[in-house]
Amino acid sequence: MSLDTVTMLRHGKVALALHHVRNATAAGGRPLLILHGLGEAAPRSAPRWADAWPGPVAALDFTGHGASTIPRGGGYTAELLLGDADAALNSLTEGDPTRSITVVGRGLGAYVALQIAGARAAQVRGAILVDGPGLAGGPTGPTSQSFFSLPIGASTPDPYALVELGRDLRPPDYAALFVRLALAGSELEEPIAVASVFRPEWLDAVAREHGVMQATLAEALATYAG
Amino acid sequence: MTSTPSPIVPDRSFGDPTADFPYPDAEHPAREYHLNANGLQIAVHEWGEADAPPMLLVHGGFDFARTFDLFAPKLAEGGWRIVSWDQRGHGDSEHPELYSWDADMRDALTVFDHVSPGRPLPVVGHSKGGALMTQLADAQPFRFTHLINMDGIPYNRRIPDVAEHERTKMASAEIAGWLDHRRATATAQRKPGTIEELAKRRGRMNPRLDPDWLKRLVTTGGFESDDGWRWKIDPSMRFGGFGPWRPEWTLMRLPGLPMPFLGILGREMEEMGWGTPPEKVLPYMPFDGRCEILDDVGHFVHIERPSLVAEIVLDFVGSPEAAASGTDA
Repeated sequence: MSLDTVTMLRHGKVALALHHVRNATAAGGRPLLILHGLGEAAPRSAPRWADAWPGPVAALDFTGHGASTIPRGGGYTAELLLGDADAALNSLTEGDPTRSITVVGRGLGAYVALQIAGARAAQVRGAILVDGPGLAGGPTGPTSQSFFSLPIGASTPDPYALVELGRDLRPPDYAALFVRLALAGSELEEPIAVASVFRPEWLDAVAREHGVMQATLAEALATYAG
Repeated sequence: MTSTPSPIVPDRSFGDPTADFPYPDAEHPAREYHLNANGLQIAVHEWGEADAPPMLLVHGGFDFARTFDLFAPKLAEGGWRIVSWDQRGHGDSEHPELYSWDADMRDALTVFDHVSPGRPLPVVGHSKGGALMTQLADAQPFRFTHLINMDGIPYNRRIPDVAEHERTKMASAEIAGWLDHRRATATAQRKPGTIEELAKRRGRMNPRLDPDWLKRLVTTGGFESDDGWRWKIDPSMRFGGFGPWRPEWTLMRLPGLPMPFLGILGREMEEMGWGTPPEKVLPYMPFDGRCEILDDVGHFVHIERPSLVAEIVLDFVGSPEAAASGTDA
């Protein structure tokens, strides 16, 4: 059954929209959290690729996207979005640290899915990284930088989100750290699944780490559903 | 929407000068106002004559512009209009939804454009403010005639004797702690207390500073409610955090800076300091750069030795008349 019930979560001063897009189809199914790509918004109905997932399906609007708050004057980082994802995790597990979710991240959401899998390793039972907007991210090291102001808008996506999250630094060794954290804290032998076709440098480093599965989205979902 | 109690919000109307805890030579700013920085109200404080050539002061993290109450007037005596601002979430500026290095940089540009549109000026940064300005000087050198960095030169401190798996555990605890803090920030408040209590707490981080100075900081960087004083700084902010940025990435911008550069470092290491050994940064000096290293001085060089540091800065930047006419000092 498809639905779009929205829970507004607090992450600091930001209100985040968590869309519950499908109920569980089997008792005891683990929640599946969908993280969207850069400039997108959460799907308002369950994607067809999630049909076989037994648990409830939810999708989060990141800060500055969809129905979530537009901050004043920007200030986005991927680590902020990690905090967004953590707020969703806390809500979907009802604050119970013994409960877990599975995460599918598209593009920028894939990078955040990797981070939450490392940061909350015991509570993320599988993170699946798939293609989508913002997958590449910014440079892997320091560059000549530009700083400028953008017109303030009243609708999402926030232009500052597009600019700042489109150029966030993604050193491969930093990304790989989250794989090691996930592996150290997860019961799974392969807590990360790379299902993307495109492999930017950070993701290529992730894919080469021990504990990372190379699989299609359907294969990875089937593995983590168990 | 989840219902959460509203945290106490500081009164951002600027304080009454007569309420400042008195401290010898410290001066309330001559002018105070807010600028709209891309939708956020940023508080600006000025000392000296309004029509004098401007010089910018940039405070460090968890500080605020009024920490220059002692240092700024001494620079103003040299004939400069001294301008500083409270970074977002600090002092009398608004508490935004987000914080980042780039956002701080954009806020800074609003002040630059207001104070000295189209003309470069001398800039003095302390701690995080020094690091911010070092990066901005690399990205937009046309805005600077001189850059003075007071103990804000990043230096990478590695821990060579920690095994890799232990570092992973350290990182895990660090990230989980940060996320736990983020979960609590919606309702976070600073702990109230008396002026003496807040000064004592700050003294733990600033052990070299005069207790009376710390009391003044409470009255200039705090606000009073029915249950006591609180720091104005956004309670969602905290030390630490993590991310992909590495200190050496700012350090490597230093050698290429085209404007005259002066680093001022205190020899004494302390809690809020950057742990930068002077001899480690000397190889990174730009062609027209040098470092002054002050013995028996800690991280807050401009508070511990305001007259000496002001004298060094004034000598380095030359006369304000030369700045106004656009000639060399």
